Amino acid sequence: MAGKFEGVDFYDIDTLLTEEQRMVRDTIRDWVEDRVMPLIGDAYIERRFPKELVPEMGELGVLGANLPEEYGCAGLDNIAYGIIMQELERGDSGIRSFASVQGALVMYPIFAFGSEAQKRTWLPKLASGEAIGCFGLTEPDYGSNPAGMITRAEKTADGWRLNGAKMWITNGSQADVAVVWAQTGEQGDTRSIRGFVVPTDTPGFTARDQKGKMSLLASDTSELVFQDVELPEDAMLPESTGGLKHPLMCLTQARYGIAWGVVGSAMACFDEARSYSKERVMFDGPIGGKQIQQVRLADMLTKITQAQLVAFRLGQMKDAGTMTPFQVSLAKRANVDMACDIAREARRLLGANGILVEYHSMRHMANLESVYTYEGTHDIHSLVLGQTITGIAAY
Amino acid sequence: MNVIVCVKRVPDTETRIRIGEDGRSMEVTGVKFIMSPYDEYAVEAALRCKEAAGDGDVRLVTLGQTDSQETLRQGLAMGADSAVLLVGDVTADGLATAKALVAELEGTDAPLILFGVKAADDDQQQVGPMVATLMGRACVTGVVSFEVSGDVVRCHKEVEGGSEVIEATLPAVLTITKGAYDPRYASLKGIMAAKRKPLDEKAAAAMEGRLEVVSLSPPPDRAAGKIVGTGPDAVPELVRLLREEANAI
Repeated sequence: MAGKFEGVDFYDIDTLLTEEQRMVRDTIRDWVEDRVMPLIGDAYIERRFPKELVPEMGELGVLGANLPEEYGCAGLDNIAYGIIMQELERGDSGIRSFASVQGALVMYPIFAFGSEAQKRTWLPKLASGEAIGCFGLTEPDYGSNPAGMITRAEKTADGWRLNGAKMWITNGSQADVAVVWAQTGEQGDTRSIRGFVVPTDTPGFTARDQKGKMSLLASDTSELVFQDVELPEDAMLPESTGGLKHPLMCLTQARYGIAWGVVGSAMACFDEARSYSKERVMFDGPIGGKQIQQVRLADMLTKITQAQLVAFRLGQMKDAGTMTPFQVSLAKRANVDMACDIAREARRLLGANGILVEYHSMRHMANLESVYTYEGTHDIHSLVLGQTITGIAAY
Repeated sequence: MNVIVCVKRVPDTETRIRIGEDGRSMEVTGVKFIMSPYDEYAVEAALRCKEAAGDGDVRLVTLGQTDSQETLRQGLAMGADSAVLLVGDVTADGLATAKALVAELEGTDAPLILFGVKAADDDQQQVGPMVATLMGRACVTGVVSFEVSGDVVRCHKEVEGGSEVIEATLPAVLTITKGAYDPRYASLKGIMAAKRKPLDEKAAAAMEGRLEVVSLSPPPDRAAGKIVGTGPDAVPELVRLLREEANAI
């Protein structure tokens, strides 16, 4: 078993961080060590999201940490926010996913597109963890192609009537509130897509957990069904007038967090592999002394260092206000791919022990297959980059 | 109730210590520094004391160089209200450090001054009691928890095979050890708020150390273990050795 986790910092990125960012890192790292690590293995096996951690995450200020203090948030810069995601995912991608969804996909759209009343009602509760949120964009038949969505909000005399279904919704069955994207006009009119704030106790709203998952087992993934869900006029996010662009802006926020987060899972796997390689004796010596494992470890360190630099620079650009969604696509795609590779290689280095839940690499490996696929699949991000490079859309 | 906490910046207790080239100091390159963990208990104790009283300020004091600001801001992020950095020689011995602190603390109206029971780096356990002596205050060391009632502080200590309760009249100096005061996390809002809290920096009163570190050396390598045999036959001998030689059972 590994000793206390100390991260990976071969290129001395620490010296690029502010004192405040380092303090944020230390706080979240300690919290993950004390509170997440002792329970995550069991939670995973029990297929249980450790909901008991939510109030603590709220108290620490993890939820929507880069949103302003006036709404009960911590008001951190984006590098500090990224570091939080890194440290949470060092524990488990499911824990980071919870925070990503709550912050980037629920609190961010309410902050960016909501009315002042919606912000005052929901943001402080979501920041403290008193309320849990989920985000509904993807549908059973429309994942990579959300423009085809069939969920529809129909205008009624005094509000809206919502019908349709959403799928692969993190936090869905636990949520108190859902930000749901629906067409308000004709089928196929993507400009009519609007966001709605839907309390999950509204009649006609049901959420069912997805069964049979092999990944993200310590996280809830659900299907949402809306059957004649009657909503008041002010359920709509009034500024969500950009059609599909606005839900995609939310995804850009979340993908930014993923680009950082997976550096954490990769670090956890590397840390475990490094420590195991020095302790595990085979053929009269530690396996870390064998060339084949040294190549593995050298590749891991190299890729993590590259990914750290990508995430850090992306954070600088986000704070400067110059970051583009295409740059986020590159970082999400490259860093998740890196983490998938490292988790798999770490698991292999661990030999038979590597399939046990006491070790973390296989859990990360399984989780990362979801991360590879959600928030824009690896392949779609390839096409986004392809379009950016050539000017020709391939989708 | 106002409480002052004296804290010290020390190498992370997880650090693998390397001796500097002079053979008398620690190599600090690449070493992470933290607030001494015992001082964190003292900060936590002070914050709870303030919360229980419903009013008052928690003020942090340290002797160090500019980099000790980080240590103070960590305490401010936990919830302390203000801090002062006395810029001076951090290698000073206990008495010199105590005198520098007293020059700052003399005349304070804070009924309680708290320290960690010892600094995690040099383990001297001197400064708290020396400050108490120089200020003519009562001093209780190694306190695991305490309550204030009127002008009396009731301190609980763990002693061999039991516990001890000591009452002292305020104003007093307490040194805090591991027990009831698991330090809280510095919340992210607390970290942001820490930037806006007052952190004064001033020159420490001149001090003259009387102690000199003559040499530092790492502990000798551990000797190889002993294999007493294999299989069930070896168990009685193993038990005998554990009992008689190792005193482990």
